[in-house]
Amino acid sequence: MNGHDGAVRAPYEAVKSWLDRTPNEILDLKTAAAEGLFRRLGVTFAVYDDATAGAERLIPFDIIPRVLDMAEWEQLSAGLDQRVRALNAFLHDVYHEREFIRAGKISEEKILMNPAFLAEMQGLDVARGLYTHICGVDIVRTGASDFYVLEDNCRTPSGVSYMLENRETMIRLFPELFSALDIAPVDNYPIALFETLQEAAPARAGPNPTIVVLTPGRYNSAYYEHAFLADEMGVELVEGPDLVVENGYVFMRTTEGRKRVDVIYRRIDDDYLDPLAFRHDSALGVAGIMAVYRLGNVTLVNAPGAGIADDKSIYPYTPEMVRFFLGEEPILSNVETWDCSDPAQCSHVLANIEDMVVKNVHGSGGYGMLVGPTSTKEECAAFAKIVETYPERYIAQPTLALSTSPTYVDQGVAPRHVDLRPFVLSGETTRIIPGGLTRVALREGSLVVNSSQGGGTKDTWVLRGVKADAS
Amino acid sequence: MLSRTAMNHYWLARYVERTDYVARLLDSAARMTALASTGVAAGNEWESLLVAAGCKEAFDAVYDKVTSERVIEFMTLDPNNPSSIASAMDQARANARVERAVLNTDTWAAVNDTWLARDVVENARSGPDGLREIVDWVKSRANAFRGAWEGTMLRRDSYQFIRLGLAIERADNTARLLDVKYHVLMPKHDPIGGGLDHAHWDSILRAATALRAYQHIYREAVKPRQVIDLLALNPEMPRSIRAAYDEIAGGLSALSTFYGGRTGEAQRLAGSTHARLKYATVEEIFDFGLHEFLEDMVARTDRIGAAIQGQYMS
Repeated sequence: MNGHDGAVRAPYEAVKSWLDRTPNEILDLKTAAAEGLFRRLGVTFAVYDDATAGAERLIPFDIIPRVLDMAEWEQLSAGLDQRVRALNAFLHDVYHEREFIRAGKISEEKILMNPAFLAEMQGLDVARGLYTHICGVDIVRTGASDFYVLEDNCRTPSGVSYMLENRETMIRLFPELFSALDIAPVDNYPIALFETLQEAAPARAGPNPTIVVLTPGRYNSAYYEHAFLADEMGVELVEGPDLVVENGYVFMRTTEGRKRVDVIYRRIDDDYLDPLAFRHDSALGVAGIMAVYRLGNVTLVNAPGAGIADDKSIYPYTPEMVRFFLGEEPILSNVETWDCSDPAQCSHVLANIEDMVVKNVHGSGGYGMLVGPTSTKEECAAFAKIVETYPERYIAQPTLALSTSPTYVDQGVAPRHVDLRPFVLSGETTRIIPGGLTRVALREGSLVVNSSQGGGTKDTWVLRGVKADAS
Repeated sequence: MLSRTAMNHYWLARYVERTDYVARLLDSAARMTALASTGVAAGNEWESLLVAAGCKEAFDAVYDKVTSERVIEFMTLDPNNPSSIASAMDQARANARVERAVLNTDTWAAVNDTWLARDVVENARSGPDGLREIVDWVKSRANAFRGAWEGTMLRRDSYQFIRLGLAIERADNTARLLDVKYHVLMPKHDPIGGGLDHAHWDSILRAATALRAYQHIYREAVKPRQVIDLLALNPEMPRSIRAAYDEIAGGLSALSTFYGGRTGEAQRLAGSTHARLKYATVEEIFDFGLHEFLEDMVARTDRIGAAIQGQYMS
């Protein structure tokens, strides 16, 4: 919230004065009210490896919003647009001419030997040449205009339902703030998503393609979000057994017989999508769906194989993708990254492991990583051993002086580290809803914001100004 | 609408209706048992309850002998009996939960609140008036569900699938209820003292919440012929087979209209059975054979259920 000089940053002034005049008892009441709302709506998240497997938990919600002003958002938004355009161009290239490899920008084996690379996608022309239609880009900030991309999520990024529910909750709890301040709305996200999906349809589907959301089912950790998005868009939420492949098309079983499906917003991982093409033991997917996809008779969103663009081992190359494919200088920076598969870089990492964040290149959700500064010497040494044994599996980054946001915790209002996941929708145009999901590390000093690791969320405000008629 | 969604609505309704029916059967059997102590032999009330609920075989697989305690346990709480009140509540809620985005808030809440409070069944069991409490609560929760459905759901296909689930289950239940006692309802049956038979007729009417209705309509002592008329053929009696078929035929016709006039095997079968009930007389039923008639009704209802699944849910 504060700038380097310690003064309150301009966008936060309104929030600051609100916090100054609101006693903790009121904040307690509002926090409890927010929890009640989330519980009644059933906005829950299942945590893996929990003692009570499949248990439903509430993600902690912080009632103090994270605020960005319009100029900050515009810079960020331009950077996101640029980055996702480059990622899509890279994906097209990887599955076609491979000019990025031929120009020597990356080694061939880094791509072809990567488990996220899908040979089935080679030479396949997808609608509009788009692979990651819905991309969640994790952003951290270290200074006034220093936004860094921590990672890209090109496969099935989740969290957007929290962005929407957090805003709904804030409007219910603090209507006075919304009447005084001009906060950019986020509630048009489902419409933007719907339009993006429409634009992704195969050309022959006509102007009103049939769109569905494909979920692994109600035991999936993000099931609430799948149901929420389907409901908000007014499309069917289907499971694998609801779909059937016949004569080169995908149909859903309805009370009026088979109905052809044109666009599938799938929230199932590549591996489980089609037991004929990928994992044979998958009961979640639809047999034969990849063959229909290859015929161009259905669009899968996001495209299978899009994961090659967000793989942690590919991440260091994204700035170069922006230069190579767009001929532009990247607006958003990457965090400096050492690739342990390179012996020189690996020894640097091992020597400085206590100051670094070391990540498994194929891990996600904050599992299998080391945060040096918050770990004991023993933990660092143990992790270093693993890195030494399997260097190709790890990358390392310096711990950044991450920005904090005022957060209401047991001790009162205190700074906590935050990141931001805006959602970038790519179709005929790029649509970016102002804001995103702010995740907050609730433990003091912690840098891990993942909800699976005890992080919380807060509403994200892009503040366009103060309303003229407000006092 | 997805076939799976239709199926979930349909089964949600069947399970809710089943809890209601099982509660009524328990109520009626308990009353017969209580009367036995005042000189009226109860016969094997608990055994006929199991037959009426279609649970006799499942019960015999677990227990060697029928006792009231065992039947009450088996029909209220036993998780391995799919027709126990507790199981039916679980299954109703499971079907509703998958559709919570489709169901409206009131209908979902009616099912979920029942499920959240399901410990009532377990807690009441040990009380002095335990069974009575369970029966009243289960009936009131089924009423709450039907009220929410009827009062708040859009008259679209989802509404009709719930309507069909309720009506199919009810037609089946009433036919089974009558069939269990068909021997005391036969015209040539020779009453032994009359007191026992009267208690049987009384218990059938109670199980169908039809005792008052009987008095309002016939204004005389209970007679088997009129019990059959009331519970099989009378369109005014909401738990009669005829009234259930008014709903089945009505629901299927509404679905056909909603889907642009398409009809199929379900409409054909329902129309034929509906007509049979509409124009039948008690005399004809006795000529045909009461037991045969009721068995035929159970079989026809079963076929319609299968046709609904084949037509809309596969």
